[in-house]
Amino acid sequence: MNQARLYLPLLFVLAISSLILALLSGSVSLRWSELWSALGGPHTAQTTQSLILELRLTRALSAFATGGLLSLAGALMQVLVRNPLADPYVLGISGGAAVAALLSMLMGLGGVWLTGSAFSGALFAMALVFGLARGRGSWTPTRLLLTGVVLAAGWGALISFILAISPDSNMRGMLFWLMGDLSFARSSIPTLFMLLLGLLLSWPLGRDLNVLIRGELQAGALGIDSSRIQTILFVLASLLTATAVVQAGSIGFVGLVIPHIMRLIGLTDHRLLLPAAALAGGSLLVLADTLARTILAPQQLPVGIITALLGVPLFLYLLRREVSSR
Amino acid sequence: MTPPVLESHKLGVCIGGQQICRDANFEFRAGECWGILGINGAGKTTLLHTLAGLRPPANGHISLNGNPLQHMSRRSIARQLGLMLQDTPDPFPATVLDTVLIGRHPHLSRWQWESAQNIELAKAALGQVDLHDFEQRQVNTLSGGERRRLALATLLVQTPAMLLLDEPTNHLDLHHQHKLLRLLRDQADNGASIVMVLHDINHVVRYCDHVLLLFGKGDISQGPQSEILSAEVLSRLYDHPVIEVALEQQRFFTSA
Repeated sequence: MNQARLYLPLLFVLAISSLILALLSGSVSLRWSELWSALGGPHTAQTTQSLILELRLTRALSAFATGGLLSLAGALMQVLVRNPLADPYVLGISGGAAVAALLSMLMGLGGVWLTGSAFSGALFAMALVFGLARGRGSWTPTRLLLTGVVLAAGWGALISFILAISPDSNMRGMLFWLMGDLSFARSSIPTLFMLLLGLLLSWPLGRDLNVLIRGELQAGALGIDSSRIQTILFVLASLLTATAVVQAGSIGFVGLVIPHIMRLIGLTDHRLLLPAAALAGGSLLVLADTLARTILAPQQLPVGIITALLGVPLFLYLLRREVSSR
Repeated sequence: MTPPVLESHKLGVCIGGQQICRDANFEFRAGECWGILGINGAGKTTLLHTLAGLRPPANGHISLNGNPLQHMSRRSIARQLGLMLQDTPDPFPATVLDTVLIGRHPHLSRWQWESAQNIELAKAALGQVDLHDFEQRQVNTLSGGERRRLALATLLVQTPAMLLLDEPTNHLDLHHQHKLLRLLRDQADNGASIVMVLHDINHVVRYCDHVLLLFGKGDISQGPQSEILSAEVLSRLYDHPVIEVALEQQRFFTSA
């Protein structure tokens, strides 16, 4: 346990380093001295450098917050449905957001309208899953998972339908949105705020989650009101996912894999796992986004491609290492 | 006579339209060790979960140390009453030590971390069930019997006055079956109240002082085990001929 606690400062350093790397790299290269003066100095003289930096900072912080939200939501969702395969998208929250976002793109809407409709779509999908899974009386994790997976498949069909009827000119923007893209990022403040709020609300439940992963009965026998905690988990994880999807589209892999990577390195206590997952997920997405905009510059790649390319080998390596150490 | 730790008044328990008991008055006292016997599907587990407050009774009420169960918070129930489930899933990795420590959950406030004393208590409990060298092992590498012993250690760490156990001897080898039952008997002798579902009649004869028989369809029979248990009653309970033999002045029951 003590060894596991050492990971938190390490992950914090990783997060800061990834943010600095993101600020320094790009088509216009910046020097350290310029970085310091632009970050610290008064913004009286708006140089090209400080403008570039502002854009990069917004984008890097958005990437960090989005990655953190997805990892945190993934960790909570896995506890909620007690299934290691769960990710933030498993209950179809992102599907609802995507359908609403694509529809507004089809109608030629952008900016605030796009964001607003994506968020409403996510909230609608969330209410639908919760209402249907609840049915008459209480819901079980299995019922919730099945309802969510079936609804997600339904959203998937609607997404394909919208893509099929959309004119070619809309296609590229839609595909980028579906694969996850941070170049829309206008402001990082709401996303960072949600990440902080998510951590503040979920962290006090950490020990309850340690018990809840062993089932509702065990949790009940150890004094936990399971249905209350599960409702909190559902609402919280859904809101975090919705915020991430609205900020950056659906970015695969981060929410599924980061919580598992944290567990594989020994952070099994949720009081450590939740903040660690937020830091690691944020760092992964910042690094992935930096690569996505520099590898083939000036062309930008959807960041979802890079998260998978980075995450797949890392995860498989850790899994192999754990199996061989048994 | 001491007041009962756990008692029920006119308790009715049903599952899926099947009556498990009706108008049952139970009184489980400190120092007593009860065995519950019955055929598969008689409702032993459901009764145990109802007594633990995990499902509402069809009618009647249950009280724990004089307080009605339905008015108590789950947390205050868990401080006085512990339940060892028939089986506990572990879909996510965790070490044996972390798993035992969840037994302290009801005793810790929201912001409290497990103290050094808690860890000592957990280590001692692991020692009692022969798992001392397993602290850092992953739970999913344990055998069925080792998991059972881990579940018992978790229950011991919870330190409840009332212990409910659902088939605690499942998966255990002969040595550990008796070691576990001896340990529970000692707990009862030290003032705990114990109710456990068992399948081995001879375990009940040897370690329990009271017995509760569930015949299904709501018929029950309860009392001191020396008075209740007989070859005739057990033959009726299991719908299978049972005979009694005496060996070194001790009663044994076996199928005919």
